[in-house]
Amino acid sequence: MIRRAVRFVDTRTATTPIVRKTLRYLFPDHWSFLLGEVALYAFLVLVATGIYLTFFFVDSTRDVVYHGPYVPLQGQHMSEAYRSVLNISTTVKAGLLIRQTHHWAANVFTAAIILHLFRVFFTGAYRKPRGLIYAIGVTMLMVTLLEAYVGYSLVDDLLSGMGLVIGYSVGLSLPLVGGNLMSWLFHGPFPGQASFWPRMYVAHVFLFPVLIGSLLTVHLLLVAMRHHTQFRQTTSESEHAARGVPTFPGQAPRSLGLLFGTAGILFLLGGLVQINPIWLWGPYHTYLSTNGAQPDWYLGWLIGGLRLVPSIDVTIGHYTLVPNPFWGGAAFPLVVFGFLYCWPAIERKFTGDYAFHNLLERPRDNPMRTAVGIGMVTWVLLVFIAGSSDRVYVWLNVSYTSQIDVYRVLVFVIPLLAAAIAHRVCEELVAGEKVDEDGHRAEAEARLART
Amino acid sequence: MSRARAFVVSSIVLLLGRGRRRPPRQAERVLPELPPDPGAETVVLALLFAAALFAAGFIVVYAVDSLPDHTQLLGAALGLSLLCIAAAMIIVAKRLIVTEELVEPYPPEEHPGEQELIVQLVAESGDRITRRRLFKLGLGAAGGTLGLAALAPALSFGPLFQTKYFRGTPWRKGTRLVDESSRPYRASDIEENDFYTAFPEGTSLAAREDLGAPIVLVRLPKSLLKLPPELAGFDAEGIVAYSKICTHAGCAISTYRAPLFQPDEPRPALVCPCHYSTFDPADGGSVTFGPAGRRLPMLPLSIDSKGFLRAKGNFDDEVGPTWWGTRIWRPQP
Repeated sequence: MIRRAVRFVDTRTATTPIVRKTLRYLFPDHWSFLLGEVALYAFLVLVATGIYLTFFFVDSTRDVVYHGPYVPLQGQHMSEAYRSVLNISTTVKAGLLIRQTHHWAANVFTAAIILHLFRVFFTGAYRKPRGLIYAIGVTMLMVTLLEAYVGYSLVDDLLSGMGLVIGYSVGLSLPLVGGNLMSWLFHGPFPGQASFWPRMYVAHVFLFPVLIGSLLTVHLLLVAMRHHTQFRQTTSESEHAARGVPTFPGQAPRSLGLLFGTAGILFLLGGLVQINPIWLWGPYHTYLSTNGAQPDWYLGWLIGGLRLVPSIDVTIGHYTLVPNPFWGGAAFPLVVFGFLYCWPAIERKFTGDYAFHNLLERPRDNPMRTAVGIGMVTWVLLVFIAGSSDRVYVWLNVSYTSQIDVYRVLVFVIPLLAAAIAHRVCEELVAGEKVDEDGHRAEAEARLART
Repeated sequence: MSRARAFVVSSIVLLLGRGRRRPPRQAERVLPELPPDPGAETVVLALLFAAALFAAGFIVVYAVDSLPDHTQLLGAALGLSLLCIAAAMIIVAKRLIVTEELVEPYPPEEHPGEQELIVQLVAESGDRITRRRLFKLGLGAAGGTLGLAALAPALSFGPLFQTKYFRGTPWRKGTRLVDESSRPYRASDIEENDFYTAFPEGTSLAAREDLGAPIVLVRLPKSLLKLPPELAGFDAEGIVAYSKICTHAGCAISTYRAPLFQPDEPRPALVCPCHYSTFDPADGGSVTFGPAGRRLPMLPLSIDSKGFLRAKGNFDDEVGPTWWGTRIWRPQP
């Protein structure tokens, strides 16, 4: 039976050698390598639930009056898009489950990518010969943030509308070209023409997903061609030999377990834990907004950036060179992503290490890299926390304005401090290990001498 | 005789050999051999049947409308079904299959021979071309221009070079101010310590979405009002009107901090809830806190003989989030 199947495939495709190689590909046996896999499986859930949602979503901002089953909104004017999402959440069977699972999957997808990035960064997995794999990964993170933001915006509830106009304003703030670019994209000033919504829709359900899917394919192919990196083994230095569990039979059930586990948890979350209850927000109109609004967490760093910038537009006479939102909304993420893209080259330049590396370093093995990474993470995290100052004000009644004043200083001081501490901790850890090692060796020698 | 003997011998051989089959010749095992684990097998089977049961439960819940908490039940059924399969797979991985740790050489850093071959291949393929630089120029020109041609239709998206649309607002001299249900505001409707949203009279619902349409109205005590000289006379008996759209990132300004106990409380403030840009309505909308880089555009007001509020002209500055042209032009009707 198995023989017949294998023969069937081989005689028609001549791929048996490739299949055999694939089945015996070696996966390093360490949990941190599963983070990227979780992202992949969350992406599969996103595509599956997303396809289902497209059957019910209407990509139109045409004004309609709501007559559905949700009483508080009955008789209200809203866009057809928002009404269709209300319907998905109320009248379409299993619609709410799929919608909430889609949203949860988006959160898990981004979180998994970011954790995967941390693993890759702090262990030096991006070094030669895997620079391209890393750059593609960073690009995927960027596209993912855009994709998630556009998906959030498509719903056209009050919060998503506020998010969209902020995005528009950040686009508008790009020096020299912002006004023209947004006028082009939205077909005139915000909220633009009716043609804008289908544009956003196509981007969300076709352009960005296809882009992510293609990048993902190349990312995985390149990983397979170059093989996974691995941690140093205690028994042998393994810069030239990959050690691991083959795809089949060892790795396959593990990966399937992870796939089904990720999907299972996402559907449990989608069914049991409410997320983005859009019927509570109400429809968006440009003249409406609500207090205490926060974006999804993966954009929290940007709202923090926007809120921290002091009240300045850079002007030359009557010409506004840099409108304010540029700093927090565009320059800040550009610096962060610019850093991510350039770091491997910067590191090579400073350390003079142009060698091939298949072996990973532990964070402590490279104190400088760890310090820089911790500094960057702290910086972004602090801006993120600053973005939630209004919540802190509500919970703890600490004055919002003084919080912001303090953060304006802290975001430049604390990251340096954190980097210095991280550097020191790494050195101490390595020194401690050396002491331990010397101790063990001395003991062993003593034992040897006694006998 | 010999036939009989042959018959007897062969019969014995057949009888004794019955059931004792020679094991079929087997190739050497690829995987190491491990003993079975019936316990783990039972658990995996139980998990797989549980998964099937939960999946069936999902279908039942889906079909039966009368069940309460539909979403929760659906999610639990599907989620648990998937998790059962996940658990089964993990037990399979840990207990029922061989997990070998193998070692394999990494691919070589480079393939110099192959590289050389490709270099030669490309170089030699162009042997017959004599005007190389011109050739490259031609290819570049064709490719580049074709690329531009392919991009050109994207200009149909919207007016890339036409920025006049940013400058228009629906406000005209004499336009009455109406509320959300299109009822005109009288000056007497506007009370202190409260906050009103107004639109130009006669605009459609769609036109109210334009950033130039919505304004906020507050009435301030004369003692507080200190408009800068260039905005003198923009208020109507202490009623001031500003664009409702924040000059920072375009959100609607929907919070008003009215000073209830003068002079202990801070000055009145219009606050945008997105990034907490704070504007002083008594001071011509100047920025007192937050990221906004310029003050709120003000709409001059008058009160007609019947007591209705009317615009006395257009905003004094461009409405909406700031871009490169903001300070160059004034709003035009």
